Amino acid sequence: MSRLPEAAVTRRGRLNYGKRSVKEENRQTGGLGEVLPPLSAHEARVEAYRCLYCYDAPCTHACPTHIDVPGFIKKIATGNLRGSARTIMEANILGATCARVCPVEELCEGACVLNAEGRPIMIGRLQRHATDHLFERGIRLFRPGRPTGRRVAVVGAGPAGLACAAELGRLGHAVTLFEKRPLPGGLSTYGIIVLREPVEVALAEAEMIAELGVDIRTDTELGRDVTLEALREEYDAVFLGIGLGGSPDLGIPGEELVEDGLAWIERSKFEPEKMTVGDEVYVIGAGNTAIDAATIARRLGAERVTILYRRSEREMPAYRHEYAFARKEGIDFRFLTQPVRILATDGRITGIECVRMRLGKADASGRAAPEPVSGSEFTLPADQVIKAIGQKKPELLADLGLATEKGYVRVDEAYRTSIEKVYAGGDCIRAVGAASTVMAVQDGKLAARAIDADLGLATAAAAE
Amino acid sequence: MADLSIDFAGIKSPNPFWLASAPPTNSGAQIHKAFEAGWGGAVWKTIGAPVLNVSNRYGAWHYNGHKMLAINNVELISDRPLEVNLREMAEVKRAWPDRAVIASAMVESKPEAWRDIVRRIEDTGADGIELNYGCPHGMSERGMGSAVGQVPEYCEQITRWVMEAASIPVIVKLTPNVTDIVPPARAAARAGANAVSLINTINSIIGVDLDSLEIIPNIGGKGGHGGYAGPAVKPIALNMLSAVARDPEIREAGLPISGMGGIETWRDAAEFLLLGAGSLQVCTSVMHYGFRIIEDLVEGLSSWMDDKGFATIADVVGRSVHRISDFKDFDLSFRAVARIDPEKCIRCDLCYIACNDTAHQCIDLVDGEGRKVAPGSYGPRANGKEAATADRPLPVVREADCVGCRLCYNVCPIDGCITMAEVPSGRPPVTWAELTAARPEVGSDWEAMKRYRQENGIDIH
Repeated sequence: MSRLPEAAVTRRGRLNYGKRSVKEENRQTGGLGEVLPPLSAHEARVEAYRCLYCYDAPCTHACPTHIDVPGFIKKIATGNLRGSARTIMEANILGATCARVCPVEELCEGACVLNAEGRPIMIGRLQRHATDHLFERGIRLFRPGRPTGRRVAVVGAGPAGLACAAELGRLGHAVTLFEKRPLPGGLSTYGIIVLREPVEVALAEAEMIAELGVDIRTDTELGRDVTLEALREEYDAVFLGIGLGGSPDLGIPGEELVEDGLAWIERSKFEPEKMTVGDEVYVIGAGNTAIDAATIARRLGAERVTILYRRSEREMPAYRHEYAFARKEGIDFRFLTQPVRILATDGRITGIECVRMRLGKADASGRAAPEPVSGSEFTLPADQVIKAIGQKKPELLADLGLATEKGYVRVDEAYRTSIEKVYAGGDCIRAVGAASTVMAVQDGKLAARAIDADLGLATAAAAE
Repeated sequence: MADLSIDFAGIKSPNPFWLASAPPTNSGAQIHKAFEAGWGGAVWKTIGAPVLNVSNRYGAWHYNGHKMLAINNVELISDRPLEVNLREMAEVKRAWPDRAVIASAMVESKPEAWRDIVRRIEDTGADGIELNYGCPHGMSERGMGSAVGQVPEYCEQITRWVMEAASIPVIVKLTPNVTDIVPPARAAARAGANAVSLINTINSIIGVDLDSLEIIPNIGGKGGHGGYAGPAVKPIALNMLSAVARDPEIREAGLPISGMGGIETWRDAAEFLLLGAGSLQVCTSVMHYGFRIIEDLVEGLSSWMDDKGFATIADVVGRSVHRISDFKDFDLSFRAVARIDPEKCIRCDLCYIACNDTAHQCIDLVDGEGRKVAPGSYGPRANGKEAATADRPLPVVREADCVGCRLCYNVCPIDGCITMAEVPSGRPPVTWAELTAARPEVGSDWEAMKRYRQENGIDIH
């Protein structure tokens, strides 16, 4: 693996994060440190004692990777932190990332029986407590399995690819993980704001997975540096965890002056000191990425940050808790507003021309379709515009010859694509419903087991 | 407003709450402060033989984040000079004539030693004397404390020496470190004691330090059994209290009992009163939180008495003792079953797993359509709070199979969610004593028992 920042990860994958105080962290990062401080050992124990230790617990049911939540919390209560982390990571190898980025209000914590009294257990923060314990000490819980002699190529070192590679490595298969970017981790590394997850956490997980015998080859892109045919030739199976495409175009004049939300977030993670932030910043779109991009702008000193959304508050795709968070950050929202033109002078943005919208009949997504109100155009003074209107559907699929479903990779129950020996998981197969890191992890884990089963069948058949 | 004042074997105090003989009553200054806070009395930290104490003398048992569910100690009797204690005792009594000041004493087992200490205590004007026959550590190695309390004959002999010398009320404090607390209590009664008090602390080892492998608490590399006290011992104390309170000889002698052992709240206090305690002694909870807890003890007890229509403490004392019985006199036909309130149930399923793993397998998980479902009935791709909570099955008791063991009731975290409903068993009341008197073979022969069960429709699955 190449180019891991040395300051972040030591030889044994021991993290440097968590040693600094939140205040110090914020000073060093210009307010971009993790929003939630780590729980102290005492806070964690007290919270763990509060857990009822439900049987067949709804939090475990709600978790896409079905972590035995009461089990890991009980182990925190007894001081068995290594065992706690094992319980988490047996189910979810990226437990440290998910502890930070999961929309826990919609998942485990949202299902906690103590919601009956309005105070669910802080499951995410407890999970972080247990997994941080491991990474801060460089403890390794898992080893590569006994070598099977089988080789599997995994494309894309995001959550799906990493989870798949880790599971395959633990099962004894030789895994090569191809990643087009310079660093592994996918969106965890590049697309999650530091307020939620520092880069070091994602990289430490990748390093742990590399130690399971996974050969991570960064700066290697499918279609450019390797072909699917060659991978199918060379490996016994191929898993595609290629995620989604880039940002779609707004399709309005002046688009070239608009910052891309994901690129904006990426810069905030790697070179926040080089970013310039306007005073009057607009973010187009009202998903979670839009809120993250707006939060960064606000924290980096923008005087006013406003989110523009063409539908109403009710239809916005951001989680309710993210919306509440954004409000607390002082981010403004203008609903039923569609930008139609970016105004600029000498290549500098001066404003956005918008049109008011109204809600019409439900569209294909089941949400009310916004329609422009004719003659309602108006102009907002602006000096910076960021777009975060989702990601395009996965690219390359036609080139690769994969059958698709609504533009996403079509897979069967065992994550098999239309091409023999080729499997897929993560955002690139998420034809229905919202995508998330933790769902990608589950895809990767289950796909690895499916690959293992398929490889095992082949072995059995050959032996007959 | 209920009258909380008591007259305990001639010792009067404005409320039944006394500080037990222990570190909180180590000095006059502490007792002044306690009386200012509102305590009705104080039993002075035991005076008597010369001693030296050690550091790390208190250990404690903490449970799931709750500190000091119990404390244990190897502290000896007062290590302050006898004269200082006696002088302060006199000062305190002079300053607080309406409060009970009781001297606890422990000296060598010689008649002259006891006569001497009784005389010196009486000179202070103290209201009574408590004989410490209970201290389980250190003093017992020197033939005092529980070494006396564990042998009824010693207990009786020493109490006689004291009774010959004493003109003020004498309370004999009993040790729980015996198989049966009644014989030492009877010995005290036979010797003419005016009252007994119980329980003293219980032999205990708090634990072992998993880093150093030392005993907790570590006393210079060693450790040993210490006296255990605090909320965790309350049920043991209530049992011993009720055993003494219902003993015919003690009742005959009309001996009042000062109850102690884990009293922390007015609720505990009321229970001790109901099981026969005429005064109440408190230590560990004061060591945990300070003298200020007296406010809630008095106020809570008083309000409860008002709610229940009890005008005086005497109305409460011993009121539940007649309900203490032996197994052989329980009604075998009494039947209760668990009922789970679906409105209150939060579906933690703790009742389900407790019943199914360790009790009688009579709670099912039932879905909205009334179908029994197995735990974990969801696929690997199940996801999200809606999926996890919308159709989460409800634990339901199969009443026909429920033996009414009450385990589910005990594990349920929600007040009032599970109730034990009394239901008719369809059998006439009968106790084990009555049954085996009428049909002795039922108690000795499984075939006879089988016949008896068949005749009475008792089915045990």
